[in-house]
Amino acid sequence: MAGAGGGGCPAGANDLQWCFSQVKGAIDEDVAEADIISTVEFNYSGDLLATGDKGGRVVIFQREQENKSRPHSRGEYNVYSTFQSHEPEFDYLKSLEIEEKINKIRWLPQQNAAQFLLSTNDKTIKLWKISERDKRAEGYNLKDEDGRLRDPFRITALRVPILKPMDLMVEASPRRIFANAHTYHINSISVNSDHETYLSADDLRINLWHLEITDRSFNIVDMKPANMEELTEVITAAEFHPHQCNVFVHSSSKGTTRLCDMRSSALCDTHSKFFEEPEDPSSRSFFSEIISSISDVKFSHSGRYMMTRDYLSVKVWDLNMESRPVETHQVHEYLRSKLCSLYENDCIFDKFECCWSGSDSAIMTGSYNNFFRMFDRNTRRDVTLEASRENSKPRASLKPRKVCTGAKRKRDEISVDSLDFSKKILHTAWHPAGNVIAVAATNNLYIFQDKVN
Amino acid sequence: MFARGLKRKCADGDEDMEGALASLQRQSLLDMSLVKLQLCHMLVEPNLCRSVLIANTVRQIQEEMTQDGTWRVMAPQTAGQAPRDRLVSTEILCRAAWEQDGELPAPGSADGDAPDLVSHLCGAPSAPAPRSTQGCVWDVDGPGEDRGSLQKSLDQIFETLESKTPSSVEGLFGDMDSPYYDLDAVLTGMVGSKSARRPLPSSLFRGQGGFLQAGRPPGPA
Repeated sequence: MAGAGGGGCPAGANDLQWCFSQVKGAIDEDVAEADIISTVEFNYSGDLLATGDKGGRVVIFQREQENKSRPHSRGEYNVYSTFQSHEPEFDYLKSLEIEEKINKIRWLPQQNAAQFLLSTNDKTIKLWKISERDKRAEGYNLKDEDGRLRDPFRITALRVPILKPMDLMVEASPRRIFANAHTYHINSISVNSDHETYLSADDLRINLWHLEITDRSFNIVDMKPANMEELTEVITAAEFHPHQCNVFVHSSSKGTTRLCDMRSSALCDTHSKFFEEPEDPSSRSFFSEIISSISDVKFSHSGRYMMTRDYLSVKVWDLNMESRPVETHQVHEYLRSKLCSLYENDCIFDKFECCWSGSDSAIMTGSYNNFFRMFDRNTRRDVTLEASRENSKPRASLKPRKVCTGAKRKRDEISVDSLDFSKKILHTAWHPAGNVIAVAATNNLYIFQDKVN
Repeated sequence: MFARGLKRKCADGDEDMEGALASLQRQSLLDMSLVKLQLCHMLVEPNLCRSVLIANTVRQIQEEMTQDGTWRVMAPQTAGQAPRDRLVSTEILCRAAWEQDGELPAPGSADGDAPDLVSHLCGAPSAPAPRSTQGCVWDVDGPGEDRGSLQKSLDQIFETLESKTPSSVEGLFGDMDSPYYDLDAVLTGMVGSKSARRPLPSSLFRGQGGFLQAGRPPGPA
């Protein structure tokens, strides 16, 4: 597939023609709060796509096998399993409600027939096992087919139960519950490359867990000041390195990213590397710090780069160079002159995520008005696309969108003041091997595929 | 709608006008931030990242106003203490160090009124009651932490809003009225008197007139 390393020059995001594939979710204008999608994640093979929502539910989609008899159905995603991961809770000690919203889902690499994922809300992380059952045992001795116990005195002969096929049933069961380790709200979880441990990060602390052990976790980063009145910086995201199991990064609300090595000390309060771009003094304003706050950090698949998302841009960093990013991509620079309004309506605090393509040749992130942006790192071109029901004819190509900043608006352009700031694309995911992307637009999940296939 | 908090060159070069405009924009931003922080106090569990970012913004404005001299003008009688010691976050959000030290340059009326305001706030059925178990807005470690600091921080907000010096307010606002108070009305859902001098509790969350003083306000003029 394009992007997966075929041929001499890998096709970038813009050589591809992105087409609508599917959309999941209600069509109503009236969006139920609980249906708002809060996280999207492909598993390691890309065959499964999980979403979490504000109502604490997880929905997993599975890609259909490509079918010769239906050549146009190029691997559609259909519902595989749905379960309630987290319930609303009440913290009696603090008189506070704990939201059931799923903040993050992370898959574990598959080790046997079952699938495992971690899902977390603000306080509790759960390990879920998703397994298939397609056989049923029949012919029990001690109970009837409908489950009623048979009278032992009536049994005159013994038989061996036999397995019969049944309709596929997918069961999700919670295997571990990792609770009571976070005072503040969990914003990230990340599975380590050793496949045995994972980290969870809240506003001030990062904890390291072993997947088998739920009653103990190790605190590896603590940014809480002795005096809370001195608090000026919080942790916004954290992730393990994809290959080096002792390395992880965490980003902050001051626009800095720290890379830590767990071999250097038990408590990684001091960093091994410190990534910060010096501020441009000419563009300083009262909003400079807020817009520099990093909302997401992601390592490239290669492990050589990492990407940080702040309010207006995406930056790619070479892990060997801390002084400045190697690439900076503007997501919606036209909003820079609107920061005061965006501060007033709180949009300036929106946390956008970002993701790499499978080959790291392209990156993607969301914006407002249901727009999302893709940047091709090789060709240096970028494109703005829209997730909307209007472009939802099967295999319809997505037309690039453009926001006009000046007074003269061309026909297909949209002016900055007409943008709908309630339609924000915060969560996007890219298939690990191919060119399929999942984009969450409030309560709808859009799946786009490329036409090259 | 304002662009940035920076002063901008005015074509006609009227320095006073341009300075006043920038000041007003900055003041409005400060007011907006304070209202947001006050609302944070009322939320079930405030978003810590958001609170920290807003508090840092307020501190930045305060620093700039201190440098400009605008802040120092409103400084309390405790002139011996450097204004920087009284950066906003300490006072608004958590129990202030100077309160602990007992150096209250207390105008009797301000102190006397504050508990009434707070009790009124607690008693008012329509106002969301401050969660006394929450303590300091950032202090969510549990019952071991001080539970009273939320009320105390509210005390401080109400006191300063109530007993600002009329003359200083006039200095900034003069005859300016509607647009800035409409902001408050929109944010608080209340449409009412636009008087900058009218004390609480009728306008519990007003940020009008702003948080002009660095510390305890001087006695009413």
